Amino acid sequence: MRNDLRVVRALGVRSVKQTFRRPQLMAPIIMFPTLLLAVQTGGAAAALNLPGFPPVDSFLQFMLAGAMMQAVLLAGNSGGIALAVDIEMGFTDRLFAAPISRYAIVLGRLMGTAVLGAVAGLWFFLIGLVFGAPVADGLPGALLSLFLVVLTSMVMGGIGASIALRTGKASIVQGLFPFVFVILFLSSAFFPQELMVEPAKTIAQVNPLSFIAEGVRRPIIGGESAGDVAAALAAIGGIGLVAFWLSRSALRHRLRTGG
Amino acid sequence: MPAIVVEGLERSFGDLWAVQGVDLEVSESEIYGFLGPNGAGKTTMVRMLTTLLLPTAGRASVAGHDIVTEASAVRRSIGVALQEAALDPLMTGRELIRLQATLHGIPRRDGERRADALLERVDLADAADRRVGTYSGGMQRRLDLAAALVHEPTVLFLDEPTTGLDPVSRKTIWEEVEKLNREGTTVFLTTQYLEEADQLANRVGIIDSGRLVAEDTPGALKAQVGNPHLELVLAEGSDDAAGIICEKFGKPLPAKDGKVLVELERGAADVARVVLALDEGGITVESLELVEPTLDDVFVAKTGYHLEIEEDEPEPSEAGQ
Repeated sequence: MRNDLRVVRALGVRSVKQTFRRPQLMAPIIMFPTLLLAVQTGGAAAALNLPGFPPVDSFLQFMLAGAMMQAVLLAGNSGGIALAVDIEMGFTDRLFAAPISRYAIVLGRLMGTAVLGAVAGLWFFLIGLVFGAPVADGLPGALLSLFLVVLTSMVMGGIGASIALRTGKASIVQGLFPFVFVILFLSSAFFPQELMVEPAKTIAQVNPLSFIAEGVRRPIIGGESAGDVAAALAAIGGIGLVAFWLSRSALRHRLRTGG
Repeated sequence: MPAIVVEGLERSFGDLWAVQGVDLEVSESEIYGFLGPNGAGKTTMVRMLTTLLLPTAGRASVAGHDIVTEASAVRRSIGVALQEAALDPLMTGRELIRLQATLHGIPRRDGERRADALLERVDLADAADRRVGTYSGGMQRRLDLAAALVHEPTVLFLDEPTTGLDPVSRKTIWEEVEKLNREGTTVFLTTQYLEEADQLANRVGIIDSGRLVAEDTPGALKAQVGNPHLELVLAEGSDDAAGIICEKFGKPLPAKDGKVLVELERGAADVARVVLALDEGGITVESLELVEPTLDDVFVAKTGYHLEIEEDEPEPSEAGQ
């Protein structure tokens, strides 16, 4: 058990180094959400004046949670791609042939994804600070949001990892990239649910990412956050369970079939 | 106690049988060469013995542990260098060996010390802090071998360790394998190179279409297929007369490339007598060569075809079906 924790840490460190040494993995996690944030806050700030828009200090303050959500989803996808690349080049065989828990291998990758999620979260808090959209609930609020962001990146990484383990092909995991955007735009990450039209509104109401986005957003924009944070944690837990079940099944399938 | 015991081991992928009813035993401190062409089942066998793949039927134990029910104990006892050097091109050589040490539960300081020693041993100390992606094929294989040794395994599995390497790199790997074996490590080596099996292995198992078709020491296997033969290049026009003389010493073989061939019943002991008899018959011998049977002859005798080397044709897996 103790060695498994050492292995998780070592594989997490490798995962982070791998991302920083391969800029094409890092770019989507930070660059895309930053560009989208710039475009949306520059072009759609008038949405603030729509009746029913939540009370916020600025459109940027509202959008920060969406940008973070996008970053962690892409981090999860990148983590899945990196794991699939490991499978393709046989690196996972090195890990599977070692006397460690197979879950430690997946957890190591998720630790790396969590660090990247934290980096992305801090980056967007910094952007908010620089461009006049600080966290309304101060440092405790920022830490709470960051905590949710890190947990989300781990469970989304778990989904990416399970697909990588099941398919063993980086191209397939990479092919999920557009779905990340579809799922995200069908949530309240970038726009208030109340102002959406059907059927997007109904989908957003049941989309777990909406619950997480609201949980991340609440401490940033201020107001009573306990309910939103609890709902976010429940959604993260649900996705986490699905990710765990998919990963376990994929690991067993890999051992049984050899590929 | 044998280092590896395999009884009726089988593995199928759908309708395709990659390994069929293989039985074998490898003694401690032995180098066992598993010889066969691509797609014969060598890699599938190694993947089962290293716990990376479950068998369909049969059983096997490695270092005294069952590969299915005691997989973790097997993994603690073995070192593995698979067919494609499974290296992360973005890591440095030193990082990889240290990670491997962590995977095997070696304390950090010990791991660092062993990594330094192993990098020195495989002559990669100067390149230790370079990314693996910048290494040559031979350097990558040596690094892979070093990584497999970090926990001092009792049984080492090498899956085609020299495929695609230049002769110098190949020789370096051979020397290292022989050295490891002298130090007491049991080596299970798959190869498609006849020369490699002949040079390194104490015993050779020949696998074809998933079945073990022959198994013995290289010398005994070669002895099974016949005696050495003499290849003679003679002065023009004397082949028929020479054939009649040579018949007295052994079975004539079909001529090849203008050479007269005769299998010698007494091997090298007959060479001088053949030359003398030809000389007495007025036949000038321009050159001669005594050719021992090779493992290729054994392979042909057992399978009906020559072992031709093809690079990197993958063995089946269910995912690839």
